Amino acid sequence: MTTKMFGAPVQRNEDPRFLTGKGRYVDDFESGAYGAAFLRSDFGHAKILEIDVAAALALDGVYGVYTHADLEGVLSEPLPLLIPNPNLFAPRTQYALAKEEVCYVGEVVAMVVAKDRYIAEDAAGMIFVDYEPLPVASDLEGASQVGAPVAHSDMDDNVNGRVAEEKGDVDGAISAATHVFEWRFEIERAAAMPMETRGVVADYDTRTESLLMYDSTQAPTGVRGGLAQLFGLDPDNVHVVAPDVGGGFGMKVIQFYPEEVMVAWASRKLGHVVKWIEDRREDFVGSNHERGQVHHVKVGADDEGHILAMDVKFINDAGAYCSYGLIIPIVTAAQMQGPYKIKNFRYEFRNIFTNKVPTSPYRGAGRPQAVYVMERVMDRVAGELGIDRTEIRRRNFIGPDEFPYEVGVMWQDGGNVVYDSGDYEKGLDVLLEALDYPAFLADQKKAREEGRLLGLGIGCYVEGTGIGPYEGALIKILNDGSVTVAIAVGTQGQGHETVFAQIVSDELGVPVDRIKIVSGDTRRLGYGVGTFASRSAVVAGNAVLKAAQTVKRKAAEVASRSLEVSVEDLVFADGRVHVEGAPDVGVPLGQLAIISNPLRYAFGKDSEEAVLLAQRAYAGSDRPLPEGTSPGLEATEFFSPKAGVFAFGTHAAVVEIDRDTCNLKILRYVVHHDCGKVINPMIVDGQVQGGVAQGIGGAFYEKFEYDEEAQLTNATFMDFLIPYATEIPTLELHHTETPSPLNPLGIKGVGEAGTIPGAAVIANAVSDALGQPVDKMPLSPLILFEMMHPSLDG
Amino acid sequence: MTGDKMRISLTVNGETREVDVEPRWLLSDVLRHELGLTGTHVGCEHGVCGCCTVLIDGGPARSCLALAVSVDGAEITTVESLAAEDGQLHPLQESFQKHHGLQCGFCTPGFLMTAMPFWENAEDMSDDELRKEISGQLCRCTGYSGILASIHGAAAVARERERSDSSRRIAEQDVDQ
Amino acid sequence: MKPPRFEYHRPSSRDEVAALLAQHGDESKILAGGQSLVPMLNFRLAHPDHLVDINHLEGEASEPELGDRWVTFGPLVRHVAAERSLVVEEEVPLLFEALRFVAHPAIRTRGTIVGSIAHSDPAAEIPAVLTALGGEIVARSARGERTIHSDDCFVGPLINALKHDEWMEAVRFPRRAEGEGFAFEEFSRRSGDYALCGVAAAARPSGSGMNVTLAYLGVGVTPQTIEVSARPVSEYQHPSFFGELEGLVHAELRPYDDIHATGAYKRFLAVRLGVKAARRAVSMGEPA
Repeated sequence: MTTKMFGAPVQRNEDPRFLTGKGRYVDDFESGAYGAAFLRSDFGHAKILEIDVAAALALDGVYGVYTHADLEGVLSEPLPLLIPNPNLFAPRTQYALAKEEVCYVGEVVAMVVAKDRYIAEDAAGMIFVDYEPLPVASDLEGASQVGAPVAHSDMDDNVNGRVAEEKGDVDGAISAATHVFEWRFEIERAAAMPMETRGVVADYDTRTESLLMYDSTQAPTGVRGGLAQLFGLDPDNVHVVAPDVGGGFGMKVIQFYPEEVMVAWASRKLGHVVKWIEDRREDFVGSNHERGQVHHVKVGADDEGHILAMDVKFINDAGAYCSYGLIIPIVTAAQMQGPYKIKNFRYEFRNIFTNKVPTSPYRGAGRPQAVYVMERVMDRVAGELGIDRTEIRRRNFIGPDEFPYEVGVMWQDGGNVVYDSGDYEKGLDVLLEALDYPAFLADQKKAREEGRLLGLGIGCYVEGTGIGPYEGALIKILNDGSVTVAIAVGTQGQGHETVFAQIVSDELGVPVDRIKIVSGDTRRLGYGVGTFASRSAVVAGNAVLKAAQTVKRKAAEVASRSLEVSVEDLVFADGRVHVEGAPDVGVPLGQLAIISNPLRYAFGKDSEEAVLLAQRAYAGSDRPLPEGTSPGLEATEFFSPKAGVFAFGTHAAVVEIDRDTCNLKILRYVVHHDCGKVINPMIVDGQVQGGVAQGIGGAFYEKFEYDEEAQLTNATFMDFLIPYATEIPTLELHHTETPSPLNPLGIKGVGEAGTIPGAAVIANAVSDALGQPVDKMPLSPLILFEMMHPSLDG
Repeated sequence: MTGDKMRISLTVNGETREVDVEPRWLLSDVLRHELGLTGTHVGCEHGVCGCCTVLIDGGPARSCLALAVSVDGAEITTVESLAAEDGQLHPLQESFQKHHGLQCGFCTPGFLMTAMPFWENAEDMSDDELRKEISGQLCRCTGYSGILASIHGAAAVARERERSDSSRRIAEQDVDQ
Repeated sequence: MKPPRFEYHRPSSRDEVAALLAQHGDESKILAGGQSLVPMLNFRLAHPDHLVDINHLEGEASEPELGDRWVTFGPLVRHVAAERSLVVEEEVPLLFEALRFVAHPAIRTRGTIVGSIAHSDPAAEIPAVLTALGGEIVARSARGERTIHSDDCFVGPLINALKHDEWMEAVRFPRRAEGEGFAFEEFSRRSGDYALCGVAAAARPSGSGMNVTLAYLGVGVTPQTIEVSARPVSEYQHPSFFGELEGLVHAELRPYDDIHATGAYKRFLAVRLGVKAARRAVSMGEPA
């Protein structure tokens, strides 16, 4: 085992399972389960006057129809506020089933459990609900005004929270600035739309009072803890498994969605396995969205384009409820300065309730908005002052010698934002060289002469990743010499079963394919936080490293006793531990595992040899298990980062707009990216390419069409346009590696990077092509048509 | 016959399977929940995402848009049939692993089944042609470039495998002599 | 998203289909390819009491049939058979070209040509092709059979001229005649989506020049036609043709707004796609 696995493009351990149809997603469990369906509100805002379930209950094959009236105790209260914040004035979370008022189309009103999902849907359609419609807060900006219709009838306005911070002297710097600009930037809602919708299978055993739940979640440990509390059970009697999860992108991290508690509750009530698999129509209105924000920006600059001060006021669309607190606008505010040195910076945001699907982080989580605002500002200031767009960025970059860099605002974990490391100018240079910027400028000039609309958009970003509080890993070396690693974070396709195995492989000298990662199963490891915020590789990865180092020490101690050599003289390689300089003198790891657990139970020749070695190992001890040791080769370790680590990058898109159709074609999409040390470049590239596809989707294809009554009018994949292969270009990817000093592996997260600058890059590119500002996203051919032909409108 | 079941016969992955179905049951549900073939995934149930794509009488089709009764007597091929019995991956599958053509794996069976009828010719297709051929399949993880490389490279994987098989045979013959 | 309950019928002959419709008429739906009907069932936008599954009709052709004047598609000719058919390629090239734009391969495996006409979606390609070519449909009931010209077939969005007890047992496209030329153009957001606007163009020799029928999709409640009067071929290439078609489009099309395009944008597209299609169709044909 001389080749280092860390850093190698190792093929994925999980792939054969997925490729042969043996992946196990939540709907693949318990085919005999009862099927659940939920009746959801058809109104954006209404009072519930009456619910009549008699007809539904009378239908053959229906086992239960539940409304809020059936709920008792804690379950009849609003669901928990996951991330409280002192700046929330009026936090509202939804009930597991709506009580007296529905506040968005899609809010769950009643639950049906039946023989199968077909019958459950029949019955849900037979429930009669008498609603009294209430005024609707549908539009974010409208809802933020004084006197707007209120999203919750017990509130006087829609303001849920407000946070403001200032560093330096913004007013002073703006009044002293040579150039002052004011702009408005808007970005609409977007959503994750993983290919696998949410789903829950709950099996409550009423004899042992224990619950086993399969949940397509990104945070099984949190779901488990909450359910244990809800049912008043010892957490050891509650287990939650996030099996293979078909994409999450943040949307599946919320706990609790109403269905997660209701399905478990119904299973207990009926004493039978109950399954609910969200269908796509439900997913559009029942799973969280993100992004909607309107920003007003005031910028002061000098003649050279240095940004002297920035004053940002923005509103953020909470949707109808705020179980995730203020995280999204906090991240926007904290990340808006990006890679730039802005001495005077002030923000104020208000979090606004609307009668729409609640919002919570979706890949990027507030950063796409921040980067869109900042990068539009850079392009607009450059345009106003006649400075090249790359030059203005250079002039404002934080220098490579300025780290750690205090950004001067609060981070989502409550601490200050401090960038750990970076080299932003080098990143831009790498990108521009790959792009051949002078050649582009020449092409553009020629294209303009021919009447073609060619444009370039650049977007730089810094991404805070790898936040705490902690993750853990439990590693075991098994008797056959293979290794299992249990981590509490689940996986939604990020390649955990491979990258964590690579880390372990280097420590223990065991081939990657002999290392099995078990993730997201609270039966295996109960303590953990979850897969989100580009944190798994950083936080769980370093926990895996620590656990591997601990188990290695244990194995070395056993080997040292067995081989009668000192620990320092041992080498771990090729699944064995041998004496340095004498590869033939050694013990396979599996034998060490047997030796470490002095029982006579194992099969095979290895065991016989191990027993003989064990006799030697214990010869010098007064008992089979030496004082201070524990049986087996296993270790559990946790890693708790001191602070987040900050990845960065620059994207560029070359686009052309077709004059005949007003359609956008992306001719090239070039990426520079730096996420510190790379564990597996193949997987990192895949994350970036996939993230960019979501960025492009959100910038040009995916657009929620809500009407004035807050009805979502395009809740199908026919009208909500996730791009196909025909719409997404293949990236040109370039990396630098600036290690993080804050963790032993030197890594930073990569999960969200690709998506973050999408809106900024496309907005800047279109603006460049058309020679007009693009300050409202997303775009579409229709919007381009209206920009290009304002006189033809209507 | 409202709600009553009908017995139908499907040839699934070469094996005849009799199954009692309600007329309204979708083929996707019957494959998954009645026949236990959970490799076929369901992503939208309105024919747009393509996760549930299987071969019906040899052609790629949405199993969520077929009533099982309606395809009574048909030959259905699902992802479970691709690998050899000893577990060796089909060249197309191996190519997906080699070129990182999957992340969460949920859309993957649909892409594999869509590409099954043409993968051997894919390397002669232009990038645009290949994209067009797999348009109709949504992937939310990969951004498609790994998938395109996987399908494009599958024939090379098959050739490589043939070469190593034949060189092994030659080596074995040498040993025999 | 599961279909509601219905009574399932599996006729084995065309007569049985007619008999079932005579009995159940407006409470029934015909299931052929199912690529439009089954999504509607899954969304529960359609809830027929009776579903008449014609997939098991005996002795039905799976390929189009070439006749003296027509290429005829029986009820079980799938899109994929049509797009691979040499007869279609040579005799109905407009349909052949348009089929590339119909959804995706996995939809075309099951979808049928007759079903696309019977569904009568004004945003779909094949009804526009039928309209541009002046094809006809064969309606069948227990009362007998009648032929309906494409101009009389499409009545409104998803509404056609069939009576409740009738079903569409065949669709006929005229064979390409000497000198005719064709082109199909559309603009959709994603590959395979319903187009924001599209046009099927049929150019026919007329005197020493050619006339062109443009049948538009996505711009009205049914396919909308614009007739471009006969003129020398060279005039189509002239910049003034753009202006003339722009005038015709503004005079004759009243496209509705939808979430992807306003009426104004659709007219904008209709002019440009129409010019392109007309020029291409004319250049493919030959005046007498």
